[in-house]
Amino acid sequence: MVKNLSMNITRRTLLAGAAGTAAMSVLPTWAVAGDLSVAAIYTLPVEQQWIGRIHKALNAATGISYEYSENVSNTDYERVMREYAEKGVKLIVGEAFSVETGARKVAADYPDVAMLLGSSFGPEAPNFSVFDNFIHEPSYLTGMIAGAETKSNLIGMVGGFAIPEVNRLMHAFMAGALSVNADVKFLVTFINSWYDPPKAKESAFAMIDKGADVMYAERFGVSDAAQERGIKAIGNVIDTASDYPGTILASAIWHMEPTVNAAIAAVKGGTFTAEDYGIYSYMQHGGGSVIFDETLVPAEMVAQVTAKEAAIKDGSFVVEIDNEEPVSS
Amino acid sequence: MEFLEIFLSANFWAASLRIATPLIFGTLGALICERAGVLNLGIEGIFTAGAMSGWLAVWLGAGLIGGLLVAMVVGALIGLIHGILTVPLGLSQHVSGIGVTLLATSVAYFTYRTTLPDVTSPPRIEPFRPLDIPILSDLPFIGPALFQQTFMTYLAIALVFIVGWVLARTPLGLAIRAVGDNPASVDSQGMSVYGLRIGAVMVGSSIMALGGAFLTMAAFDAFFFGMVNGRGWICIALTVFASWRPRKALLGALLFGAFEAYQVRLQTEVGSFVPGEVFLMAPYVLSIIALIVAARSADYPRALLVPWFKGQR
Repeated sequence: MVKNLSMNITRRTLLAGAAGTAAMSVLPTWAVAGDLSVAAIYTLPVEQQWIGRIHKALNAATGISYEYSENVSNTDYERVMREYAEKGVKLIVGEAFSVETGARKVAADYPDVAMLLGSSFGPEAPNFSVFDNFIHEPSYLTGMIAGAETKSNLIGMVGGFAIPEVNRLMHAFMAGALSVNADVKFLVTFINSWYDPPKAKESAFAMIDKGADVMYAERFGVSDAAQERGIKAIGNVIDTASDYPGTILASAIWHMEPTVNAAIAAVKGGTFTAEDYGIYSYMQHGGGSVIFDETLVPAEMVAQVTAKEAAIKDGSFVVEIDNEEPVSS
Repeated sequence: MEFLEIFLSANFWAASLRIATPLIFGTLGALICERAGVLNLGIEGIFTAGAMSGWLAVWLGAGLIGGLLVAMVVGALIGLIHGILTVPLGLSQHVSGIGVTLLATSVAYFTYRTTLPDVTSPPRIEPFRPLDIPILSDLPFIGPALFQQTFMTYLAIALVFIVGWVLARTPLGLAIRAVGDNPASVDSQGMSVYGLRIGAVMVGSSIMALGGAFLTMAAFDAFFFGMVNGRGWICIALTVFASWRPRKALLGALLFGAFEAYQVRLQTEVGSFVPGEVFLMAPYVLSIIALIVAARSADYPRALLVPWFKGQR
């Protein structure tokens, strides 16, 4: 209802302080000559894992001027897109998951503005490109580690929403675990929120009570439960190992840099077309990686995972993509 | 039967109590406001502001108790805004409440972002930990089920009885109930209707803020935007379910907590043939059913939603 407020805080408005919102419309654009002006529109704060990765990549990108609006509600999304497009931004990065129809309509109205949006569907000519966090490959590898680690043969998985981008990571993780341990069973729940750590934590507690001894931490809150109960967890998208010492065995990390850099290069070179940038999140392109805590993961497991990683990178092993909703086994 | 075995687990009861805690605070706060005749739909925003300010104060070094006090003061100030708008100005309590929720949520987020402009994940604090009570915590079953909670859960339960006693047994409680039933009678006694109503809204709002603070200072250790996630609205429904009585509010909150704790456990049992959304919906559906049953005989404060102006008949 009213909980998802739209507050468009750009860096500029922050600097301008309380007067920022009013100043937004009158301040000149900061774009330096020669720099490509890029705007990002996020439906959640930049602390959120998925969005945080895009934000990080855009902050790191060179040769662009970057501004962003966070916490934009879905109902407001089209308006903010149009505002940036009218303002002369050359590349808009964002997420179309809940506003597929609207975002595509706006893109069609501004064919000269390159759009690179997270989406569950395909690209749309001439300017609507899509991307997503295709880190099913590192997820498979972390699954191998989890499958080898579990003693109770029960792994708990708490997800946000059962949408393709979450489902396929869970399926890849499960496949990885089963590849090293055929007896492993999974508990799966979704909390239907991206951002309710206390609820995610309660779901994790419920699984641990049932005997799960490794948790797949798709959401904030799960690793907290694992740490409190002294069991292990697997991280996802971002590296949180330092927050939970001794708890995170391994994490599947998403790197948005290859996607962003490819799109920026295409816009600069005048070759940007509607494409699926999902491939840039694959390990081969450096879009995904696996990291592990070598003090917790046995050396022979590290070797096994590294070998599999090499096989994924040279194409001799392909991790299957399954977008169906996973269920408890 | 796995379905029934869940009830035999002490962890299930502990989880129910944990989930119920913010709802106990919220429902008590809403109940105090409504007993004085003011519906406070600012609750969702007050939860958010309480969650943010309490956590931020602890992070800035105020200590846990200091954090709770900051959250309460912030809650009371937001309550003051709602009180002024609805009591002396007599504006629509619904509209003002929604406005206050929007304002409080936005201000909370604004404060958060200006204080921490460049964080990748919000800083963590050392939250309230479950207390180890001598003897009680070590009892078989009862110990882990009831006596391994944080300070805030016990505070919530203590408040239920304190608020119940004040409302039912003290002159102040009588005045609050009277101002929600028949403000003219309070005025004729020479007491300030405005003062009592605004005061009740401020106290109620400060207790609501504790519900929010529980989320960031006990249930979790950091503030995330949107983490209140509708908990405030549930308290508004629980207030009606409780017929504005503190002990029934405790019961209602516990019932909801138990539904919620039960559904996360059941989800993994039968998740393979029943969609997960059914379980996520279940606590709310059950709450609505409970509300229908309870609200039919509800005894509303008679002057709820009715503004009162001195000298007007």
